[in-house]
Amino acid sequence: MTVIAPGIEEVRDRTFPFPHRHFLSALDLNIVEAGQLLDLADGFVALNRQTNKKLDLLKGRTLMNLFFENSTRTQASFELAGKRLGADVMNMSVGSSSVAKGETLIDTAVTLNAMQPDLLVVRHGSSGAAALLAQKVGCSVINAGDGQHEHPTQALLDALSMRRAFGAVAGLTVAICGDVLHSRVARSNVNLLNVLGANVRLVGPPTLMPAGAERWGAEVFHDLEAGIAGADVVMMLRLQLERMQGALVPSTREYFRFWGLDREKLKAASDGVRVMHPGPMNRGVEIDSDVADDPAISLIQDQVEMGVAARMAVLASLSARLDNHR
Amino acid sequence: MSHPLAFHNARLVDPDSGHDGPGALLVADGLIAEVSKGSDFNNLAADVEIIDCGGAMLAPGLIDLRVKTGEPGAETRETLQSAALAAAAGGVTTFVVQPDTHPAVDEPSVVDFILRRARDIDAARILCAGAATRGLRGEQMAEIGLMAEAGCVYVTDVDRPIVDSRVMRRVMAYANTFDLAVAHRPGDAWLSKGAVATEGAFAAHLGLPSAPAVAELIGLERDLALAGLTGARLLVDQITTAGALEALARGKARGVRATATASINHLSFNELDIGDYRTFARLDPPLRSEDDRQALIEALAAGLVDIVVSAHAPAPPEEKRLPFDEAAPGGVGLETLLPALLAFHHDERIALIDLIRAVTLAPARFLGLPGGRLAVGAPADLVLCDLDAPVVIDADRLVSKSKNSPFDGRRLQGRVLRTIVGGSTTYAGA
Repeated sequence: MTVIAPGIEEVRDRTFPFPHRHFLSALDLNIVEAGQLLDLADGFVALNRQTNKKLDLLKGRTLMNLFFENSTRTQASFELAGKRLGADVMNMSVGSSSVAKGETLIDTAVTLNAMQPDLLVVRHGSSGAAALLAQKVGCSVINAGDGQHEHPTQALLDALSMRRAFGAVAGLTVAICGDVLHSRVARSNVNLLNVLGANVRLVGPPTLMPAGAERWGAEVFHDLEAGIAGADVVMMLRLQLERMQGALVPSTREYFRFWGLDREKLKAASDGVRVMHPGPMNRGVEIDSDVADDPAISLIQDQVEMGVAARMAVLASLSARLDNHR
Repeated sequence: MSHPLAFHNARLVDPDSGHDGPGALLVADGLIAEVSKGSDFNNLAADVEIIDCGGAMLAPGLIDLRVKTGEPGAETRETLQSAALAAAAGGVTTFVVQPDTHPAVDEPSVVDFILRRARDIDAARILCAGAATRGLRGEQMAEIGLMAEAGCVYVTDVDRPIVDSRVMRRVMAYANTFDLAVAHRPGDAWLSKGAVATEGAFAAHLGLPSAPAVAELIGLERDLALAGLTGARLLVDQITTAGALEALARGKARGVRATATASINHLSFNELDIGDYRTFARLDPPLRSEDDRQALIEALAAGLVDIVVSAHAPAPPEEKRLPFDEAAPGGVGLETLLPALLAFHHDERIALIDLIRAVTLAPARFLGLPGGRLAVGAPADLVLCDLDAPVVIDADRLVSKSKNSPFDGRRLQGRVLRTIVGGSTTYAGA
């Protein structure tokens, strides 16, 4: 194996192997595993900035992207991660076509499983879908977003972005703001940030805040400025525009007035505050372009870069486990 | 007609007379011919078959008010025959099938179809509920009078709420002229729209669409008020929450003619059982908090909840092996109703005779049936049950055509030894 990036082999060969067969939930990680994934991802960031970005860690392995919901960004990120590690990558955008033909999720997965993939990346609109698949297939399943449940690689890339910006995640105050109710990004972030020792706050109107959120290990605020007061990181969530229909919020302009992030409201946060967003952004709805595009404040482009590295870390760890079981 | 049977050395449990103690019982010509509360019979005729019960419980056969099959229209789920065999294995001797079939039971010919099929089935007595509204759509009234003539025992739109209060009022008033009760599952349709779980920290953590428990209270208050207004008999179908139980108590206290059922599922499980997205625990109404479950058990003990139902809802793997929010709701229950109910006897929460009443005499009275009691002249529909025998529920070994039991893997006590319908043995266990 040609090691081009520093540290990758060292992290990979640590005596503590990654113990999970699947990557389904940020809750599955303990602090050691999360730290190890972040260390590994750090090495991949360096790799990805070189001219030769290719490793052969996943040589011969097949990665399948199985997306029941469209997501160009996440799918591209996984595809690139797989290819840079030397895997053969196949994309399956299932959409609703096979569902219309009466094929169930499990039928689709079992069919693909018969083609002997090693890693199956799944996005599905139903909570628990990735876990259901993991029970039925022989390969490693990576949850790329299941309904309103979890999106654990997003949490990992967010933690990586924070760790690189601040040096450590422990002790940071992170305010996650907006449509928490429908957000799998928020759930995975709360779970992972708690493992890593951050102070987590959830901010949003009561109609977009899940019942019992205060029992997740996060403080709940309904006022944006109070919620981000003194925060080191302000993470804005995407507001799906169809939320106007269900009487959840009255209009985009009212939403922006009270829960949208602009430079004025951001003054309440700590001096060195960094702003994050999982994308794609609704500019002028949950975030002002002025803030989103300011490189001194915004980590949003870093998040995209970290996404590839974090997913490489997950793929490499899972496949190392596959190697051990040969 | 089979020959007479004498049950000796039994623990007779008869909620009608209040007797729970040793005794013997003689069955002849399909009826209970003699009951001895105490010693066994002497001088029996030569053709009488004597069954030594060995101290096992002999009780009236169970009457289950809420059973779904797939017949007609979805026979892969369950047929009337397979449901009857499952009933026999569970000690259930009479059950009421629900009208949400294809076609729906919303006119007399479908009632007639089901009852004619039922006449050819010996394993259990099958009764039929009719739809309250055409196609269970909650808009136009079904042919309630004609269905009553054809033999339907109550009307209900099953799991589809009658959202329009005006329709509900008219269905109640109209059904009452035919002395039919209206069964309705209380709920606020808008609050519950799309929900597959009860709102709370757990459902939010799982990312499942959920509805607050008060949706049931809101719906029940309306139903009780309309029952009071129309004077109709209301069957509160599967009450599940503490708040609704308080409303039920108030309604009953002011004289509303309400009878309430609880499903054995909501008495036995709470919301945490949907963890790991276990679709066998995907029920409708969804499982509630442990506080609600405890309140439901208390309400059953106090008699506020009158009847326990299995809420038997068979679903084959293709309807259950799906993501949680896409999976069909419901679980099979005919075979597990009795042992699951006996858990409250073994836990010393509710007296055995009160538990038996909720699945025998109380539903018999609601339906106006002569059964549900161990009385001379009553039909010889009986269950003989070893109360203490340990059982581990294995869904794959259930008689029911579908195996979607939320009790799969559960350890219970109570094994049905024999089930008798009209004096004939329909099930004899090991």
